[in-house]
Amino acid sequence: MIFGQFSPAAPEITLLIMICIVLIADLFVEDEKRATTFWLAIASLAVTAWAVLASAPDAHTLLFDGSYVSDALSQVLKLFAIGTVAIGFLYARDYLRQNKLMKGEYYLLGLFGLLGIMIMTSANSMLTMYLGLETLSLSLYALVAFDRNSATSAESAMKYFVLGAIASGTLLYGISWIYGITGSLQFDGIAAAVRNDAINSMPLWFGMAFMIVGIAFKFGAVPFHMWLPDVYQGARTPVTLYIASAPKLAALALILRILVDGLGELHVVWQGMIMVLAVLSLVVGNVVAIAQTNIKRMLGYSAIAHVGFILIAIFTGSQDGYAAALFYTLTYVVMAAGAFGMVILLSRKGFEAENLADFKGLNARSPWFALMMLFFMFGMAGVPPWVGFFAKLNVISAVLNAGFPILALIMVLASVIGAYYYLRVIWYMYFDAAEDRSVFQADIDTRIVLSLNGVAVLVLGIIPGWLLTLCINVIRTVY
Amino acid sequence: MHGIHLTIVLAPLAAAIVAGLFGRQIGRAGAHWITNLAVGSSFVLSAMVLKHLYLDGGQAENYSLYTWAVSEGLRMEVGFLVDRLTALMMVVVTFVSWMVHIYTIGYMHDDPGYQRFFSYISLFTFAMLMLVMSNNFLQLFFGWEAVGVVSYLLIGFWFKRETAIFANLKAFLVNRVGDFGFILGIAGVVMFTNSLDYATVFASAGSIAAQSVEVLPGIPWNAMTLICILLFIGAMGKSAQAPLHVWLPDSMEGPTPISALIHAATMVTAGIFMVARMSPLFELSETALAVVLTIGAITAFFMGLLGIVQNDIKRVIAYSTLSQLGYMTVALGVSAYSAAIFHLMTHAFFKALLFLGAGSVIIAMHHEQDIRKMGGLRKYMPITYWTAVIGTLALIGFPGTSGFFSKDALIEAVRESHWHGQGAVYWIAYLSVVLGVFVTALYSFRMFFLVFHGEERMDKETKSHLHESPWVVTVPLILLAIPSAIIGWFTIEPVLFGGFFGEAIRVTSEHDVLARIGETFHGSWEFIVHAVTAGPAVYLALAGALTAWFLFLKRPDLPEKWAEKFSGVYNLLDRKYYFDDLYIKGFAAGGRRLGLFLWKSGDELVIDGMMVNGTARSIGRFASVLRRVQTGYLYHYAFAMFFGLTLILAWLLWA
Repeated sequence: MIFGQFSPAAPEITLLIMICIVLIADLFVEDEKRATTFWLAIASLAVTAWAVLASAPDAHTLLFDGSYVSDALSQVLKLFAIGTVAIGFLYARDYLRQNKLMKGEYYLLGLFGLLGIMIMTSANSMLTMYLGLETLSLSLYALVAFDRNSATSAESAMKYFVLGAIASGTLLYGISWIYGITGSLQFDGIAAAVRNDAINSMPLWFGMAFMIVGIAFKFGAVPFHMWLPDVYQGARTPVTLYIASAPKLAALALILRILVDGLGELHVVWQGMIMVLAVLSLVVGNVVAIAQTNIKRMLGYSAIAHVGFILIAIFTGSQDGYAAALFYTLTYVVMAAGAFGMVILLSRKGFEAENLADFKGLNARSPWFALMMLFFMFGMAGVPPWVGFFAKLNVISAVLNAGFPILALIMVLASVIGAYYYLRVIWYMYFDAAEDRSVFQADIDTRIVLSLNGVAVLVLGIIPGWLLTLCINVIRTVY
Repeated sequence: MHGIHLTIVLAPLAAAIVAGLFGRQIGRAGAHWITNLAVGSSFVLSAMVLKHLYLDGGQAENYSLYTWAVSEGLRMEVGFLVDRLTALMMVVVTFVSWMVHIYTIGYMHDDPGYQRFFSYISLFTFAMLMLVMSNNFLQLFFGWEAVGVVSYLLIGFWFKRETAIFANLKAFLVNRVGDFGFILGIAGVVMFTNSLDYATVFASAGSIAAQSVEVLPGIPWNAMTLICILLFIGAMGKSAQAPLHVWLPDSMEGPTPISALIHAATMVTAGIFMVARMSPLFELSETALAVVLTIGAITAFFMGLLGIVQNDIKRVIAYSTLSQLGYMTVALGVSAYSAAIFHLMTHAFFKALLFLGAGSVIIAMHHEQDIRKMGGLRKYMPITYWTAVIGTLALIGFPGTSGFFSKDALIEAVRESHWHGQGAVYWIAYLSVVLGVFVTALYSFRMFFLVFHGEERMDKETKSHLHESPWVVTVPLILLAIPSAIIGWFTIEPVLFGGFFGEAIRVTSEHDVLARIGETFHGSWEFIVHAVTAGPAVYLALAGALTAWFLFLKRPDLPEKWAEKFSGVYNLLDRKYYFDDLYIKGFAAGGRRLGLFLWKSGDELVIDGMMVNGTARSIGRFASVLRRVQTGYLYHYAFAMFFGLTLILAWLLWA
C-alpha cells in the first residue's frame, strides 16, 4: 500500500488528501458550474470508500502507538457513513441550486465532518476520540450557519455551538478524571486499569458520569436533547439531513468505544444512567413529537425516540444488545436520510416544505413518492415487514433476554404512541386534498436514488438476515 | 391405497373450489357435472376401500401425511386412520352425498345460486370426509368445525329470508356451546397425554382413567369421566341432543337436499361417530356412559312427541331425526357402539329418502310445506309415494326393513344393559326406547296419511299442476329406497355380531351387550320371528300406525278436539317444551342485554372513552405541556443539561 505502515489509516488519509484537492479546486470553480464541486466530492467519497475496502483488516489493527484502531466495527460504520453522506450530498444538490446556496462550503464542511466521523469510529484513545468529535462538531456548527442570510439558521447554530461547547467541556472534564485515575488515555489501558478494584470507585464513576453527559448530548438523549429540535428546524433541510444521518453512526462509535471498550467493567454502574436516559428519550421523544406541526422538528423528536431505542440496546450490556444497537443505527440512518430526502424533494425555490401540512394530498401529486414516504414512515414506526420492525424487534428481544420485561413494555408502548405521528403523515398524504400541486424539480438521479432508498427500507425488512448476521459478526469480532 | 384415500378427500374439495370460484365460467351444467363426478368417484373409491378392508381382508391403515407444526412435543398433523368404521362412514357419506348431488340438479333447477349450492355441498362432503378419516383430534376438530361452517352457510342459503338468517345464526350459536365442550375435551386429552394422535391417546387411556382432577376445588373428578363428558357435550351440539337440540328443527329453513344430507344423514351423526370412535375412552367411564344414555333416552322419547304436533312436513321429519339420533345415543350409552353405527347407517338411507321424498312433494306443491294443505297425493306421485312407503316403514321399524333390524337390535341391547343396574337410568332408557317406537309410528304415519291419503286439501291452482317429479329427483329416491328396504337383512349379522369393526371399536367384556344378544342370534329370519313373537316393539309400532290411521284418516275431527281439551299438554308440545322461549328470551336476550351493557358502559365509556381516547387525550395534553418546556432560550437549555448532570451525579451518590 502506498501509505506504508500507515495503511490501516488509509481511509482518513485518503479523505484528507481529497478534501485538500476539492478545497483548492473549488476556488477556481464559478458559481454556475458549482456542480463540479459536487462531483468532486462524490469522487472523493468513492475513493475513500475504496480505501476503506482496500485496507480491510481481518482483525484488530492498532496504529499511532495504539491511539487508532481499525477493526470490523470501524469498517462498517465508515462505509455506512460514506454512503449516507453521498446520498445526502445528492439529495441536497437540487435544493442548494434552487435556493442559490450552491456553494462549495456545504460539500467541504460535509467532507470534513465525515473525516471527524471516521476518526471517531477508529478512535482507540480518549484524545483521538475527542479530536474526531471536535472535527465533526465544528463542521456541523458551521454547516448549520451555512445560510448566512437566515436568522433562524444563525440562531440555531449559536445554540448548537454554545451547548456543544458545554458538552465538549463536560466530556473533556470527564476524560481528565479518568486519565487522572487510570493513568491511561487508551481504551484498552483504561479497561485494564479499571479491573483493579482499588481504582473502581466513586471518583472514577464521577468522571464517567461527566463523559456520559457528553455522549448523551451527542446522541441527543433527554435531558441533553434541547438543542436537537431547534437545530433540526433552524438548519436548512440539506444540513438537517446531514446532521440527522451520518453523525448518529459516530455517536454509536463514541458510546461503544468509551463505555464498552474502555469502561466495560463499570457496566453495572453506567447501566442505570443509560437506562434512565433511554427511557426519558423514548417517552419525551415520542410524546412531544405528537404535538409538532413542523416535519423537521417532528423528525427531530422522532430521532430522540430512536436514540432511546439505541441506548436501551446498549444498556443490556450483552453482545445481542450491541448487535441490535448497531443494526438499529445502520437502518435508522438509511430511513432518516430517506425521510429528509423526501422533505427536500417537496421543497423548491423559495419554498421550504417543512410543515406536515405540506404533505397533504401527496398521493395525488405523485403516488410513487407518496409510497416512498409511506415506506419511510412505516419503517420508522416499526410496522412489519419494513426494516424498522426488525430493528425494534431485535432490541426488544435483547432486552427481554437480559431480563427486563418492564423496559420492553415501555418500548412497545412508546412505539405505539410513536406510530401515531408517523401514521398522521400517511393520513395527510393519502386522505387529504393537496393544497399545492406544483411539480417536483428534482433531477432524475435524485429521484432514482430516493426510490432505491425507499425500496431498501422495505427490502431490508423482508430479507433482514444478511445485515443482521453482519452486525452480529462485527460485534462478535470486536468484543 | 394412500393415493386413493387422498383422492377421495380432495376430489370434492377441488370440485367445490372450481364450482365456487369459477361458477360463472363453467356455467350451471359445468358446476353440477364436476361436483357430481367428483363425489361419484369418491363414492366408488370409498366402496373400493370398504371392499378392500372387508372382503379382501385388507389391513386398517393409520398414517400421517403432513406435519403442520410441532410445539413442545405436541405434533399437529394431517393424517388418515382408515379402518372398517371409517370405511363404512365414508361409503355412507359419499353415497348419500352423491344421491343428493343428483337430486339437487332437479330440486334447485331454477335457483339463482345453483353453482354456489353445488360448491357448498361438495365442500361439505370434503369436510365430512376429513372428519371421519382423521387419525387425530386436531383434524377431527377441523372437520367438525368445517361441517359446521358449511351447515351454517347452507341453512342460510336463501340469505334474503329473515327466518333463514335467524335459523343459521341459531344453529351457529347453539353449536358454539357444544363445540366449547368439545374443545375443552380435546384440551383435556392433550393435558393428560400430550398427544393429539388417536392411537397414542387410546394407548394411554388406562393412565388417564387412573387420574383425577379438581375442576371445582375440593371435588375430585375422574379425569376420563370429565374428558368423555366434555367430548360428549360436543356431540350433543352436533348431533342435536337435548338440551342442545333447538337448532335442528330451525335448520329446515335450508333447501331440502341439504336437510337430507347434512341435517339427517351425515353431519348430525358426526357426534355419534365421534363417540363410537372414542369408544376406548368412553368404555373406561361408566358415569359418562350413563350421562350419554340418559341424554339419548330423553331426546329419543320427548323429541318424538313433538313430531306429532308439527304441521310443516320438513319439521316433522326433523323431529323424527332428533328422536332417531336419540336412539343412536342410547345405543352408545349401553356400549353398543356397533348398534349405534348400524342404526346410523340405516337411518342415513331411510331418512335421506324421506327428506328427498318430502322435497319431491314440496316441488309438486309449489313450495307449500304445510301438511294440512296436502292430502291424496298418492295418485299424482306414484314413485314418490311408494318410496315414501318404504321410508316410513323403515323408520317405524316394520319387520324386514333396514330400520327394523337396527332399531330392534338397539332396543334389545338396552334391555340387556343390566350393568347400568336396575335403577332409574336403566328404566328411563328402556321405557323411552320402547315407548318411542309407538310415538315414531304415530307421527310417521300421521304425516304419511296427511300427505298421501285422504281428502285433497290443496287449492285448485296447485292441484291442476300436480305431477310426478323429474327423473333426477326420482332416481335418487329409488336408489335410496333399495338399501332402506333390504340392507339390514344382509348386514346385521356381520356388523353387530360378526366383529366387523374389529379393533376400531373397543368394548370391555362386561359391557358387551351385543355379544350377549349374539349368543341367541341365528340369522336374520330368526331375528324377525323372535321380534314378532317376543318383543313389544313390533306391536307398538303397529299400534302407532293404527292410531295414526284412526285419528287422521278415520276420525280427523278427533285430534282437534283433543288439542282443545288437553290444551295444556298441546301447548307444551306446540311450544316445544318452551326451550326456544327459554333460550331466546332467557339466554339470547340476556346475553344481548349483557352485551349492550358491556358495549355502552364497558367498551364505549371505559375502554374507548376513558382508556383509548382518554389516553390519547392525556398524551396529547402531556405533549403540549412538554412542548412548552422547549422555550427556545439558550440558558434554559443549558440549565436542563446541568440539571441532568446533577441528577446523574446525585444518582451515583445515593445509589
